Amino acid sequence: MNYIFHPLTLVTFFPLLGALVILFLKPEQKNPARWIALVTSLVTLGISIAILVQFKPADPNLQMVIDRPWIQVAGWNISYHMGVDGLSILLLLLTTGLTSLSILSTWTAIEDRVKDFMFFFLLLEVGMAGVFLAQDLFLFYVFWEFTLVPMYFLIGIWGGPQRMYAAIKFFLYTMAGSVLMLLAILWLGIQGGTFSLPELVANNHIPAGVQFWLFLAFAAAFAIKVPMWPLHSWLPDAHVEAPTAGSVILAGVLLKMGTYGFLRFNLALFPSAAVQLAPWMAGLAVVGILYGAAVSYAQKDVKKLVAYSSVSHLGFVMLGLFALNPQGIQGGILQMVNHGLSTGALFLIVGMIYERRHTRDMNAFGGLWKVMPIYGALTLVVTLSSMGLPGLNGFVGEFTILLGAWDAGQSGGVIGSYWFAGLAAGGVILAAVYMLFMFQKLFLGPVDKEENRQLKDLNWREITTLAPLLVFIFWIGLYPKPFFNLMAPSVDKLVMLLQNAALAMR
Amino acid sequence: MTIMELYAISPLLVLAGWATLLVLVDLFIPRQRKGLTALLAAIGLALAMGFSISQFGHQISAFQGKIVVDGFAVFLSTLFLSSGLLGIAVAYDYLKRMGIERSEYYTLLLFSISGMLLMTMAADLIVVFIALELLSIPLYVLAGFARPRLDSEEAALKYFLLGAFAGGFVVYGIALVFGATGSTALSGIVAAVEADSVNLALLTVGAALILVGLGFKVAAVPFHMWTPDVYQGAPTAVTAFMAVGAKAGGFAALLRVFMLAFPALASSLAPVLWGLATLTMILGNFAAITQSNIKRLLAYSSIAHAGYILMAVVTFGQGKAAADAVAAALFYLAAYAFTSFGAWAVVITLEQAENKGLELQDYAGLGRKYPALAAAMAIFMLSFTGVPPTLGFVGKFYLFRSVLEGGYLSLALIGVLTSLVSAYYYLRVVVIMYMHDGEPEISAAGWLKFTAGFTALATIILGLFASPLFDWASQAVLKLL
Repeated sequence: MNYIFHPLTLVTFFPLLGALVILFLKPEQKNPARWIALVTSLVTLGISIAILVQFKPADPNLQMVIDRPWIQVAGWNISYHMGVDGLSILLLLLTTGLTSLSILSTWTAIEDRVKDFMFFFLLLEVGMAGVFLAQDLFLFYVFWEFTLVPMYFLIGIWGGPQRMYAAIKFFLYTMAGSVLMLLAILWLGIQGGTFSLPELVANNHIPAGVQFWLFLAFAAAFAIKVPMWPLHSWLPDAHVEAPTAGSVILAGVLLKMGTYGFLRFNLALFPSAAVQLAPWMAGLAVVGILYGAAVSYAQKDVKKLVAYSSVSHLGFVMLGLFALNPQGIQGGILQMVNHGLSTGALFLIVGMIYERRHTRDMNAFGGLWKVMPIYGALTLVVTLSSMGLPGLNGFVGEFTILLGAWDAGQSGGVIGSYWFAGLAAGGVILAAVYMLFMFQKLFLGPVDKEENRQLKDLNWREITTLAPLLVFIFWIGLYPKPFFNLMAPSVDKLVMLLQNAALAMR
Repeated sequence: MTIMELYAISPLLVLAGWATLLVLVDLFIPRQRKGLTALLAAIGLALAMGFSISQFGHQISAFQGKIVVDGFAVFLSTLFLSSGLLGIAVAYDYLKRMGIERSEYYTLLLFSISGMLLMTMAADLIVVFIALELLSIPLYVLAGFARPRLDSEEAALKYFLLGAFAGGFVVYGIALVFGATGSTALSGIVAAVEADSVNLALLTVGAALILVGLGFKVAAVPFHMWTPDVYQGAPTAVTAFMAVGAKAGGFAALLRVFMLAFPALASSLAPVLWGLATLTMILGNFAAITQSNIKRLLAYSSIAHAGYILMAVVTFGQGKAAADAVAAALFYLAAYAFTSFGAWAVVITLEQAENKGLELQDYAGLGRKYPALAAAMAIFMLSFTGVPPTLGFVGKFYLFRSVLEGGYLSLALIGVLTSLVSAYYYLRVVVIMYMHDGEPEISAAGWLKFTAGFTALATIILGLFASPLFDWASQAVLKLL
């Protein structure tokens, strides 16, 4: 029975327990629902920290592995196969941490159908944790698709005016990519006789031509999720219409499922296709960086601005991953975490002001610093983090990525041109432009709108929601070494695989 | 006639006998207590199911090979008998509420299921035809059960005319096959083909005609025209049963006859089946998008699902891949049966007299007012779409795998893309239930709630723990005895 009380099972399915308890509450029992959800998510966070404590950073392989037969009939080899390694441990912690903070942030923002909201939120946590831990392709696909369902309800029921459109668009877009991945998974399962990822990676004899198509099928699912330009058009709708907590999770964790998918599946399963396609992927990433930044600058709605900035930031992550070298990939993983922290915080910040003023139009604000100094100060830190100021987390991630991309840009490197890193560096400057522009519109200048004079500064609950994010923003910015240490051995192992593939292609 | 032969057809004997007795017994049951008839019918089904399950693991060939009891027959018989039980559960309250409580419903249901049981064991084309008529004729009557409601009568007439037409195709096809091979037994046909003493062109035409006839039964495009009207006009409880029973009956014949008797025709007929499956998936799903009536929507959805199952038949000439495809088709049929009955139970719960409560807009606000019912419907819609962790997802996974194994990447691609299309209209039901405001009215009776709840739980739990059902379906290998 040890697979049931295994930490990885617990961290994945404990939220389900909370969700089932909430199901038995009455609709008017709002506070009990909130407390049960919060306590459940905190316990889950505790379990994930316990996993971190047990985690051995020096070991590049999967740790705490569970491998139980699940469906093993008639040539099917599907297992309940879970494991954690340096590629996923930080994302697991990000998931559990952001879920707790998001639930805390809904305390007064969600008043309608609280019970249902908390139910779906905890279900979502099950799906997300499962995506990062699953080591069996079938199991992974189950978790991957499952996350759509609660998110669809979160956007569709508690979202803004265009919520139904946004919810369906989100669902259909994501599913469009996933079904292609499903066929690729089936193909791998039929050829390899197993759906176990480590086994498929170990006995990888897929011919290069087939790898190319399988890579594209997986990439379809992941690129939509990331989202990579030009497949990003679901993102602004979903982000803007989703309730604050939904946006935080969407940006903080769900998008990372896409980049993580590239890392875990595309790079490991199809290394030669990855080497072959790296310039294309890096090129799309750079376009995304610049496009996202340019469009962000044009936004009047703060939430939309933050949404488009995600396209730009995730472009950096993709550029890092497809540099296919240790710096690039490590920077990419760290930047996934950074984006979760800073964009998560930005969505929380937007949500806080929206709760007070019921508008997100930049022109409705001005001089907020004088009215809400704590809010202003916290926002400033997050803004600077998001634009990559040295000393804060964003800089470390982006700088490492650019180093990696520069390195891979040497002649004979996988992406073969310095232009990628050069143009991406331009994106850092653009980020400073639109982020500072937003900050200036909101916080500086005179308080020229009557409605803004009476706004209350943040309360203790709101400060508590933001504080942990700020701690990590500073921590990663000043001393990132422990974070890199966690992932370095696993990344090196993956890079070895890719280098062998690159050598074999010459 | 040996004991073993009687044992082979025991589920059929029990059920048909019980149904005949029930006609008589029912005369002595007072009009106010027709619930007793329903109960007796259910007991008959349960008894037959007991016999059917006891045959698990047996391989019996009876009546000079005209009847074969194997894993395939047992799996499908159990499925049909369970659908019968669910059919009674959804009908009991509905018939009373709509003022059409006549106990003939239950006996006709039992007779139709007898035909289906015979179909699962038929190893001779003549038996296939008898079974087809036995399962269809009671259904024609049932479709008109809400007489004198016009749309119900229209449905019955339409179904009867097109059904008889389809039956004609099957008979003519059988005649041509007999002409080509000199045998109507599936083993005889194969033997004749192997002995190279057949007129291959005649055999192909015969098989194609049988395909057309059965295509009507399973509602494959372009033989689907009757489906939306009949599904809409027939009393909803009958539709619920028809959507599962008649379709699965057609597939039982299609799978066994094509896999066993006609593998030699794969080169000429597989492309035809490929076309049928593709058309059915595309048209069924796209036509469903524009529907605003839930019965029509589910009718088109049932057409689309026939398309998915047809994908399994396409591989009929390929030995190993075909065996997997049969198992996948059976699994899919089971998944479809649970999901479909659940969805129809919800539809019946919302239906009011005079065809009220059948528009999609009548579902607005269901999520707030009746959360459990809406949750069940949402689960059915997700299962129809094929979203994990539902049974519908596992079914599609299995099916697409067997299609890929058979080398039909294009078919699998069309399958997944049309599933994506289907997500749009299935989700629309969810959107209306949860995201529109309204005051839906329901008339929830115990058995309807039970059916919806039971099938919803089964859809999730069997989706997560699919091994036993997998195991069972994968033992249903078709081979000549």
